[in-house]
Amino acid sequence: MHRVRENIYKWVFAIMAFASIIFLVGITITLITQSFPLFREIPVKSFLLGKAWYPTYDPPEFGTFPLVAASVFVTFGALLVCVPLGIGSALYMNEIAGYRQKSLLKPLIEILASIPSVVYGFFGMVIVAPFIQKVFNLPTGLTAFTGSIVLGIMATPTVASIAEDALSFVPKSFREASLAVGANRWQTLIKVVIPSAGSGISTAVILGISRAIGETMTVLMVTGGAAIIPKSFFQPVRPMTSTIAAEMGEAVFGGLHYNALFAIGLVLFIITLFFNILAEFISNRYRLKLGAGR
Amino acid sequence: MKKSNISQKIGFFVISLCLIATLFFLGTILYFITVRGIRSISWEFLTKPPSGGMTEGGVSPAILGTFYLTIGAILFALPLGLACAIYLTEYTPKNIVVKILRISINNLAGVPSVVFGLFGLAVFVKFFNFGVSILSGSLTLGILILPGIISASQEALTAIPQSLREASLALGASKWQTIRKIVLPSSMPGILTGVILSIGRAAGETAPIIFTAAVFYMHGYPKSIFSEVMALPYHIYGLMTEGTSPEKQTQIAYGCALILMFFVLLLSAIAIYFRQKQRRVQHG
Repeated sequence: MHRVRENIYKWVFAIMAFASIIFLVGITITLITQSFPLFREIPVKSFLLGKAWYPTYDPPEFGTFPLVAASVFVTFGALLVCVPLGIGSALYMNEIAGYRQKSLLKPLIEILASIPSVVYGFFGMVIVAPFIQKVFNLPTGLTAFTGSIVLGIMATPTVASIAEDALSFVPKSFREASLAVGANRWQTLIKVVIPSAGSGISTAVILGISRAIGETMTVLMVTGGAAIIPKSFFQPVRPMTSTIAAEMGEAVFGGLHYNALFAIGLVLFIITLFFNILAEFISNRYRLKLGAGR
Repeated sequence: MKKSNISQKIGFFVISLCLIATLFFLGTILYFITVRGIRSISWEFLTKPPSGGMTEGGVSPAILGTFYLTIGAILFALPLGLACAIYLTEYTPKNIVVKILRISINNLAGVPSVVFGLFGLAVFVKFFNFGVSILSGSLTLGILILPGIISASQEALTAIPQSLREASLALGASKWQTIRKIVLPSSMPGILTGVILSIGRAAGETAPIIFTAAVFYMHGYPKSIFSEVMALPYHIYGLMTEGTSPEKQTQIAYGCALILMFFVLLLSAIAIYFRQKQRRVQHG
């Protein structure tokens, strides 16, 4: 009797534990089935490489190239901001800050990482965009450049926090060995600490990329929303995420536009999945490498 | 001075500059939202519904809506997440099962929030026919915070010393009794920390609720879990993109942004403070 009950508990937990697999599979199936009707009308190739996104024209055009290009553009710009700032901050916390300073800075950065994205989007709209419009004398401040900056600032605390974790995993003995043979602290940092934390730091960067591509509210509010292939950083663009968020309200349920937005979701899902698996793969190898060093 | 020492000086200067820039940017956001938002905050702002075509009055339905959505998300995600963590740490399944679970949890954590919104729209709103409602929004947000709850709970459970479990089992308690009476109570602070962090996350998310729960304006307050709701983050977006008097609306949006930011920062400050304290206790 007792046995039976214990077994029942075990199975209940096991079944509930599989919820996350069910959701992940459910998301995949949903995206595929909902976008499938589109691909019966439009070949995958012209969906991915088509240069025009006019979903409400007659006949509509569903080329997502401008949207993907916009996402890549804005994400790349954000990386130029968050990678140096994030990693620089991590190095400061790890190398220069004393114990007390670090025990203040690290939690502070982690707390700031939780500011909601809509607040960043709002800040970008009311403060950053007018500022950029004035400084660069543009017709509008809502551009890919503005999006990159706001997105970059937003991702910085996350990158800093993960990179600092990676740096603090480097065994003390590595550092001591380097200092003992006469290297100064900077040389030790550049030649020993950073290379041994390298895969951890690249994990931080990859997760930053994946987050920036998938981020919705900031780019929706700040990048202006023109579905054209970006030629310069100083013009409005419409990345994949904001296309979905902005157009779902006007798309007819079950229509081709609706299906096309799910298809964009599928592309987005595949891209982020790729980066997440890449990050997982790198951090696994990293654990093995440092584990052997200890 | 030696050349290597000069490069050290320059290097340290550059990374200090990076930190200062980071703190400066984040400080600017805090400063502007706080200084400009505080002008909007009043008792009326917090307790009255909007009036005058979204240009006057308060934002109480949005605050209440965010409260409902967040509670709903936790009620859905906490049992599932806790069960998953218990299964992984207490019942130690086969290696391959652990691996598959870990991969799917990590990948679920990396799914963009707007994709959760699409899933919620197709499954909860349309397939189960819950409509645009508190229920659909809560379930969607629940799936979004599930990975966070699982990893926080798992960390809390693995921190419980094995000897506690062994002592309980040695006294003749069954596995389930040990989990319920020994493991869960002592890991409660850690689990709560995860819950608090998840509340902050769920309250601030916008993209998942755009298609599943939120409206910019509704008359009165939601009546059941099948009603649409106003929500703070979506309200900020709505105020900035809809309506006819941008200036007055921007001021209200400042107020909303301040409430939301203050609430989320407070929660994560509490959670991170407790986590720091617990980790210190564990590591001696």
